[in-house]
Formats: sequence, structure tokens, C-alpha cells
Amino acid sequence: MKYLANVTSLQLFSERCTGCGRCIEVCPRAVLERTDRIVRIVDRDRCIECGACMMNCAFAAIRVNAGVGCASAVINGMLRGGEPECGCVDRPSGCC
Amino acid sequence: MSANECCGSSAGDIREIEVFDLGAGKAPMKPPEWIAGFTDTAAGPVPIVSTEWSRREKRGRLKCRFFNRFRMDYKVDPGVYGVGTPGRNSPILVTANYKLSFDYLRTALAGFDAWILVLDTQGINVWCAAGKGTFGSEELINRIGCTRLARIVDTRRLILPQLGAPGVRAPAVKAKTHFSISYGPVSVRDLRAYLRAGCQADAQMRAVRFGLKDRLTLLPMEVTPALKGFLIYLIASVLILGLQPEGILFRSMIDSGAPAAVLGLAALLCGTVLTPILLPWIPFRSFAAKGFLLGGAVTAALLFLVLPQGFRSTWMSALSLVFFPAASSYLALQFTGSTCFTGISGVRKELRVALPLYAASACLSLPLLVLVKLKDFGVIG
Repeated sequence: MKYLANVTSLQLFSERCTGCGRCIEVCPRAVLERTDRIVRIVDRDRCIECGACMMNCAFAAIRVNAGVGCASAVINGMLRGGEPECGCVDRPSGCC
Repeated sequence: MSANECCGSSAGDIREIEVFDLGAGKAPMKPPEWIAGFTDTAAGPVPIVSTEWSRREKRGRLKCRFFNRFRMDYKVDPGVYGVGTPGRNSPILVTANYKLSFDYLRTALAGFDAWILVLDTQGINVWCAAGKGTFGSEELINRIGCTRLARIVDTRRLILPQLGAPGVRAPAVKAKTHFSISYGPVSVRDLRAYLRAGCQADAQMRAVRFGLKDRLTLLPMEVTPALKGFLIYLIASVLILGLQPEGILFRSMIDSGAPAAVLGLAALLCGTVLTPILLPWIPFRSFAAKGFLLGGAVTAALLFLVLPQGFRSTWMSALSLVFFPAASSYLALQFTGSTCFTGISGVRKELRVALPLYAASACLSLPLLVLVKLKDFGVIG
């Protein structure tokens, strides 16, 4: 299953990529692929912006505006005027 | 307790478990049933955990699926635990301190010798805690230090669940602790195969799945929060629809209130049950659109094919078709938080379109309800 098309903020800076493949290892959606020691994006629409690739890249070759894909969290963020927050930590909520 | 504080049942904190909640004059409490014994290490005794589900834990697993309050407080102490007869080079698996995450991990390790390092994620599962950063580099570095893990083992490799990766900067952890990180499979179901393969995960193990069984497991947590809202709706709709010039009439409550309750319940089930179950087969990628489509179809079918004709006035039909599909759509949109294939940019895009539509639906429903009542009272024809 895929979510909305053409929305992901995922960016790959090939000039910084060493082809180590760590991003491929951590991506749960098979967004990236390595051919000839170069990583490339094979399917942008599969990206869920979890940020695992960016967090684990030692060469800052990937950038993504990571966050939770949770409507309740985004609505809470809008109401409180802050970042998306589903409230799972501080108080009971229905999400995750 | 902050995730940054050093606390919980690290290897040296066994006494804390033995005297758990010890009040003056009370006998010491027994360690929990899932602690099978202790092993001595260079950093002190470490609890060895059972790899079986006890009856109480099976009940707990079920309760987590249904009761939010129970689930939010189902925790295990952070720290180091052992499985089997762990040695200085046994694998170290890292997990969250949500008891259910811990239980799935320790029971998956039956027959293996391993260490489990439990992070303080405030009782939240790995994926959600990684998204919030509580299953993160800072807590991992802190927990490695305060459990004196480097004294317990010779190995300098940690195995983290792959879904913990969004919270962890592996290079930073390596730099600070000298422990390198390997990411295990997405699902604990594949953990045994991963360990047997020498800690190698194939593409299948790396991909998150979200099949019908996963979606069914999540259904109760979609329905139960929505039921609270439904109860308020039920009381309000029955009272309002039962209101006549003579007062609140039981007959009107039944004649108009019952069909309205059916439509409300149908919208709730469309958004929280049918949309998640039929997710891959309902047209559109947008959850709001899926919920609207399904809610609209079911509302129209009930209204024109099932419910009594007396209920189906022009204004009531208009009100139903404006309100219930939007309600179903809103509830379906909440399921984005339960899936593993939605992203924040997509959710924001959905909300930019859906929220104004929900507001419009609410604003239109109110005058339509007034018109329904004016017709009921015979003020308009």
C-alpha cells in the first residue's frame, strides 16, 4: 500500500553518498536502492518520512522533514500551536 | 521520570526488584513471575527472564488491545536482562520498556542465550517512541552507561529493532560508547531467523508489512475511543429528535432517534472498522476520501433502502448525507496514526483539504437540524 503521491520531502545528495548502504538497511519501505555503489531513490511515493535514513547516514547525504504520519498528532499540534504531538507519552490517547 | 535519568533495574539494581514497593512493616514482594532467576556479572547480578507467556501476561496482551489506560501504564523497568545462559559474547538486543514489546522480544528468544537492554521509552512501543525520540540516541547512550553494559559483555555490538532507527543516530552512539549498531528485522517474528543467519536480514525482513491481521489487531483501539463520542452523540440526538412542542416524547425519541442512532453507529463503524479492514480495496489513497466514500455509500444505502420512510424527510435526508459521511471520513483519517505507511507531509496535505470540509459539514448540519425540527413542529411545510 502507498500513501499520497508526490508529497515526500525526501532529498538525496548523491555527491555526499559513499554507497555504504546504511540508509537501505534502515528504510522499512524499500525506497532506496544501491547500484554500482551509488544509492538512488527508486520509489519516492513509498517514503513515509520516518527519518531513519537521515538519522543513520554518517555523511549527511539524506535530508527529510521527518515526523509522525498521524492525523491526531498533527491536529493536536495545530490546536496547541506547536509541533505534532499525539500525547502518547504524557497522557492517554487513542493513537499508536 | 525523565528518559535521561539513570534509573531502573540495571544489572546492579536487583535489590530494587526484590523490595519493589516495599512499605514499612510489609513483607518484601516477590520478583515478577517473568524473572526466572539471576546471573552474576562483573556489574552485579542481572535478572534472567522467562521465555514463556504466563497466563497473566496473556491477559495483559489482550487488555493492551482494548484498554488504553491499561496499555499506557504497561511497563517494565529499564535496564539489562538476560535470556537463557548469556555470556560475554552473547548478542545484545535493545527494546522499549512497553511491557508488550519486551514480552514479544523475550518470548521470541526461547532457546537462545542473549542480553536484553531495555530503554526507558515511558512505556511506549519502539516505533512510536522512535518517532518521539524517547527510543533514541541520548537514552541509549545513557542506558549503556548506567547499566555498566561494557563491564558485562565483551561484544561491542547492539542489535536494535529496525523500527527504532528513526530515533537513533548510530554514528553518534558508536562515537560515544564504542558500541556499534546493527538493525534487526522489522518484526520480532523474523528475529530467530535473523539471529540464526548470523544477524543478517533479507529484504523481506526489512520491509514493514501491514496486512489484514495487523489491521484487525488495531481495530479495538480505533473503536473504543470513538465510542465515547458516540455516546454523547446518542444522548444529544435522541433528546433533540425527541423534542416536540409538548415536550420530549418517547415516541419521537424512538421514531426519529433510533434511525439517527443507526446512522451514527454505521458512520462510526465505517470510519473505525470497515475503512481499516478494506483499506487496500477502497478507491483513493487519501484516508479522508476513503472514509467519506464508504460513509456516504453506507449512509445512502441505510437511508433509502433500510430505514423507515417516515424518517426520510427532505431535510433529514439532507442532514444525514451532509453529516454522517463527514463523520466517517474524520474517523477514518485517525487511522493514519495506526498505520506504518503514512507520512507527515501526506497527512498535512489531507488535513488542508479535509478540515475545511469537516467545518463546512458541521456548519451546514446545524441549520439543517433546525429545519428538521421546524418541520417537526409544523412551523414549515
